[in-house]
Amino acid sequence: MSNRNRPISPHLQIYKPQLTSILSITHRLTGMGLAFGSLALVYFLVSLMNGPESYEAAKHFFRSWIGLALLFGCALGVSFHILNGIRHLFWDAGRGLDLKSVYASGWITIIGTLLLTGLISGIVVCQL
Amino acid sequence: MPALEKKMILKEPLARVKGHGSAKDGVMHWIAQRLTSIALIPLMIWFVISLLMRLHENYHGFVAWIASPLTSVLLTLFVVTLFYHMWLGLKVVIEDYVSTPMKRYTTLIFLKFSLFFLATLSIFAILKIALGA
Repeated sequence: MSNRNRPISPHLQIYKPQLTSILSITHRLTGMGLAFGSLALVYFLVSLMNGPESYEAAKHFFRSWIGLALLFGCALGVSFHILNGIRHLFWDAGRGLDLKSVYASGWITIIGTLLLTGLISGIVVCQL
Repeated sequence: MPALEKKMILKEPLARVKGHGSAKDGVMHWIAQRLTSIALIPLMIWFVISLLMRLHENYHGFVAWIASPLTSVLLTLFVVTLFYHMWLGLKVVIEDYVSTPMKRYTTLIFLKFSLFFLATLSIFAILKIALGA
């Protein structure tokens, strides 16, 4: 008994990619990525709980290329998700909802993400 | 109702007949997501800066850091808020993209149990480090 006259939304690939839509889906993607990245936090805490030997193994993992790539991904994801999250909180408060502000805050989020990720990575690389 | 048929009707006939509205629990989800995100901003900044300041710390240094009362409390708050926020976000992603009810609820149950397990494991680890030191 489906209603044939129902309006149907076009698929995602029909739309031209825009800054707004790209940042929106990136927020979701970074959220999902960070959920995976939280395993690193759990692993770190459990390794400390299990004693010096397991901590050394964790340290070895986090200093390997896979470990460093995972941590870099977390730095990138957290930087974006926190900045774009603040952007969302401003919207929730009813601020910055006009098109010009939305694009301006979008670019601030992108530049801020690159700067924050660069800063965190720089601090880590300098102390390796 | 020929006149009505010509219009664009958003609801399925069954939905119109049943007359159900929303489940009325969306507001709490929305508020909880915002509250956890507000709490996570300072907690995440504290956690990242604390780690960056301790890159050269050895095992005993990290244990001493976690064992301090302020760190134990903040780290526990961080873990609880983080996993709660994660649940709220991933739940919506699954509800959006997993369409068949059987798969959707199976995934949601698996996700909820996994997140509870990981959060409990983290808190237990923090407590064991803090109280065992």
